Amino acid sequence: MKRGRTRRRVGVLPGFGPTLGITVFMVSVVVVIPLMGLFVRSAGLGFGGVWETVTTPRVLAAFRLSFGASLIAATINAVIGFLVAWTLVRYEFPGKRVVDALVDLPFALPTAVSGIALTALFAPQGWVGRLLAPLGLPVAFTPLGVTVALVFIGLPFVVRTLQPALMDLDAEVEEAAAVLGAGRLQILSKVIVPTVLPALLTGTTLAFARAVGEYGSVVFISGNMPNKTEIVPLLIVAKLEQYDFAGATAIGAVMLVLSFAILLAVNLLQGWTGRYREGN
Amino acid sequence: MAGAGGRHRAASRPRQGVGESAPVRRLLIAATLLVLGCVLVLPLVTVFAEALRGGLGAYLASFRDPEALAAIRLTLLVAAIAVPVNVFFGLSASWAIAKFSFPGKRLLITLIDLPYAVSPVVSGLVYIMIYGANGVFGPWLAAHDLQVIFAVPGIVLATIFVTFPFVARELIPLMEEQGTEEEQAAMTLGASGWQTFRRVTLPNVRWALLYGVILCNARAMGEFGAVSVVSGHIRGKTATMPLQVEILYNEYNYVAAFAVASLLAMLALVTLVAKAVVERRAGAAAAQITTTEIETALQPHEAS
Repeated sequence: MKRGRTRRRVGVLPGFGPTLGITVFMVSVVVVIPLMGLFVRSAGLGFGGVWETVTTPRVLAAFRLSFGASLIAATINAVIGFLVAWTLVRYEFPGKRVVDALVDLPFALPTAVSGIALTALFAPQGWVGRLLAPLGLPVAFTPLGVTVALVFIGLPFVVRTLQPALMDLDAEVEEAAAVLGAGRLQILSKVIVPTVLPALLTGTTLAFARAVGEYGSVVFISGNMPNKTEIVPLLIVAKLEQYDFAGATAIGAVMLVLSFAILLAVNLLQGWTGRYREGN
Repeated sequence: MAGAGGRHRAASRPRQGVGESAPVRRLLIAATLLVLGCVLVLPLVTVFAEALRGGLGAYLASFRDPEALAAIRLTLLVAAIAVPVNVFFGLSASWAIAKFSFPGKRLLITLIDLPYAVSPVVSGLVYIMIYGANGVFGPWLAAHDLQVIFAVPGIVLATIFVTFPFVARELIPLMEEQGTEEEQAAMTLGASGWQTFRRVTLPNVRWALLYGVILCNARAMGEFGAVSVVSGHIRGKTATMPLQVEILYNEYNYVAAFAVASLLAMLALVTLVAKAVVERRAGAAAAQITTTEIETALQPHEAS
């Protein structure tokens, strides 16, 4: 607040007009107008038209798979993400810096590359697929394969959101709990997890949001069978390839609304995280 | 997701008194390495193993294919346009947003962030609905013999969309934190607006800017979903490297597909290393910046 007042009072810095103009122009041209265009297009179909497209069995099956697999993957990410973040924040071990940098691999690796690599790995003759096939656990070209790809893609979101929160933990609180006779597991469940819960939920929601829209890493391993392993983004591509623009628009608009709802949830969670930290 | 400014705090400090016992600690470290090995390292190793399955000769032969070379050239071209556009936008947006107060600022930041939330496929779809044959500008573009969708301009536009927040998101929080005191001091000392920007603001944010550029470049070269929708997959013409990987893979030409993929995987590794280095530098720089830097920054100019 104080800084804001100084800024306005002095106000000698030039360039506000042109830079704001450029910013607003580019945001409009690149982001706002194209996204509005999709809504205008789908409004042309009418609510009934959109509803009819989205409630066909094939589309419903795709939504079920996309959201179901994303939810499972995000939950797995929450568990292994917590483990990884905990180890990286609390312990020292050789090669730690390399491991820490490697966590971002799913961000850095193009999704098509992740996709074909995971498929080769989990295909019946692949390194991992070969071990799982005799157990009657086919991964490639099943909903399980979709989940595996989404776990890969979502892991860094949980780790990177959780790391700063774990680092901000007050050692004294844990010490106090220990002095009062709490065991390590009790401290973990009663002190640490509740404190970092907002960050954990934020990271998990981010992973979920990414998973719902993910395309490249999933299309190769899923096998793309309608009603079975077809995710929503792939269905949009399929509709476009059949020149069913109305269908693609309707599904795209619903996806967009759902993405915005998730984004809103993330913002609310982050606000909660912020308040939590200030409260400490 | 943490920015260049924040990550330097990642240096861990082990706590005394309340830690786990040594066996538990070792068990957790082993579990972490096992999980990361399975989830991250195995897929990465697979890329190179599959690429080299037919021997080094077959691997290298994949890069003599004119279509592969065209894909590499197109990917470089797209990044060479999308990254500077993002730098220009990021610097403009962060200057306006971080150095001034105005109503609607939060909304503007949210709008810049939106591409993060949109599925890559939907990003491509919205551009088809605007510039495609039966899109809003479709008839006008056709009348003027301009092709955007299923051509290079569409690929560039889709890439700019998906990378849009990358540079701005790194710069805005850092520039907000740094405030305007140094710039005002420079202006008071007689520097022009441009000089202030070039000699005070830019050096102060250089690591965050570089960090944003690294991330932006990785995404620009690696984007698949959005580009796939608008490109039309015309071999040798509108296929970027990730799309070439898909084309080759769908033709069961696995060695060639993984060979192109191995280049993208190397790019990813370079990105991770560059990112780690910049994070460390940014941390060191954040500790050093003092207002006396303004004077030293202005001195070479006054001498000339």
